[in-house]
Amino acid sequence: METAAPRGESVIRADRLDLTFQTGDGPVHALSDVSLTIDKGDFVSFIGPSGCGKTTLLRVIADLEQPTGGALTVNGVSPEQARLNRAYGYVFQAAALYPWRTIARNVGLPLEIMGYSRAEQRERVARTLDLVNLTGFENKFPWQLSGGMQQRASIARALAFDADILLMDEPFGALDEIVRDHLNEQLLQLWARTDKTIAFVTHSIPEAVYLSTRIVVMSPRPGRVTDIIESTLPRERPLDIRETPEFLEIAHRVREGLRAGHSYEDAE
Amino acid sequence: MTAGAATGGGKAIPILVVVVAIVGIWYAATIWLNTPWQRDVYQREGRDWTVSDLVADTMAQERPVLPAPHQVAIEIWQTTVEKKVTSKRSLVYHAWITLSATLAGFAMGTVLGVVLAVAIVHNRATDRSVMPWVIASQTIPILAIAPMIIVVLNAVGLSGLLPKALISTYLSFFPVVVGMVKGLRAPEAIQRDLMRTYSATAAQVFWKLRWPHSMPYLFASMKVAVAISLVGAIVGELPTGAVSGLGARLLAGSYYGQTVQIWSALLTAAALAAVLVSLVGVANSYVLRRMGARP
Repeated sequence: METAAPRGESVIRADRLDLTFQTGDGPVHALSDVSLTIDKGDFVSFIGPSGCGKTTLLRVIADLEQPTGGALTVNGVSPEQARLNRAYGYVFQAAALYPWRTIARNVGLPLEIMGYSRAEQRERVARTLDLVNLTGFENKFPWQLSGGMQQRASIARALAFDADILLMDEPFGALDEIVRDHLNEQLLQLWARTDKTIAFVTHSIPEAVYLSTRIVVMSPRPGRVTDIIESTLPRERPLDIRETPEFLEIAHRVREGLRAGHSYEDAE
Repeated sequence: MTAGAATGGGKAIPILVVVVAIVGIWYAATIWLNTPWQRDVYQREGRDWTVSDLVADTMAQERPVLPAPHQVAIEIWQTTVEKKVTSKRSLVYHAWITLSATLAGFAMGTVLGVVLAVAIVHNRATDRSVMPWVIASQTIPILAIAPMIIVVLNAVGLSGLLPKALISTYLSFFPVVVGMVKGLRAPEAIQRDLMRTYSATAAQVFWKLRWPHSMPYLFASMKVAVAISLVGAIVGELPTGAVSGLGARLLAGSYYGQTVQIWSALLTAAALAAVLVSLVGVANSYVLRRMGARP
């Protein structure tokens, strides 16, 4: 593994990454020959049908799964070292808030674990809750909040310790369309304000196109990258940008990429 | 999660109906079971009797097969309210002897159960080596092992409360181990993954995730544990020729055919168990409410 500083401004570099799960039904090739680079400040979406390895790839970056081949560096070090350095915040599909903790104490959980002082904890919890527009809900318990608010709290929790990288695994997948639009808009504003590098897994084409600077299209069996699309949209994106020809053109290309992946599968 | 607070007004009537039914059946059984003896008495004395005589007399025997509820109630009243608490004939005194052993055994059993569960959850070797013994320990009938424990401990100079408490411990640690192993393993993969992304230590995962997550399991186990702790303490009093405690009252009652005394000790034990279980229930709902459970 390289330990030198990343070349240029690349934050995550995967080189011919492979991951095979050994299951009772034989090996499952979750990732095959995945190579990509994510630069600092990028908003990269991973899109593809279920089983294409997009969540697995995110989990490998987070050191929640171990690759069986290839090389991967995060901030120039191994994923394990990056995890120990607390280099990233992870947002799961479900909010995964601890039900016995108030919202403020949930957001403060990583800070407690990482040994921040009480004063610092309070200050950071207040700041990150403000960032996701949850000020005033500090003392509520998770069940008292709607699904969208719970997911915002879980984003605040991932932001609380100021990691440079945010890994998000279909964070809005379980929410309805209207809430999702709203949160997408807020996420973009947050990204603009904090200058984080975001890796975002989704299965929604409009969501991927609306949010991303780059879109990684993946296909299943074996999970692999079929296309990487650079977005030509400006960084400033109002919601109605989704009706512009540029937007529709990128969406079209993503759709084509997904279809190509599927036809490959049918040919097998 | 508020099952502990069974005090809703709507529940009073069904409970009352059941109580009335039980008392009714009890009276009927009293008459039926005590009739043969009463007839013998009439025959021996050669006197005439009517049905109403029979009914009244079956409920007023000194050593009935089954005492009537009011006989037991009077006995309980006389041995609790009308006796000094320090008297050897006071049921309160005997109940306290048993209760103290119960509480000591319950506390030790809960601590032992939690400690074993923590070891089992965190160490694969402990899981494989200890868990089978934990289960095997409960296949031995407590009535068989209780005298051994009392005798062995007596030989090394331990008597009184501790041997009885140890029998309670022996019974009560088991539901706590089983419940807490389940509870400490209950956090979902996503909640454990979250801790891993923070590079949390095993101790942090325990105190911030596993322990709070297992609270409902702990209280459910403790409800079972406290009830069998009481059984353990009573069983522990039986083989010792003990002079005090509810177990001793039961034994003395059976030696002398004092069925009224047996039943009053039995009912006291049952009431004690009900109080202990509901106290755990109250603690349960208090703690869970503090932990933000839905009211």
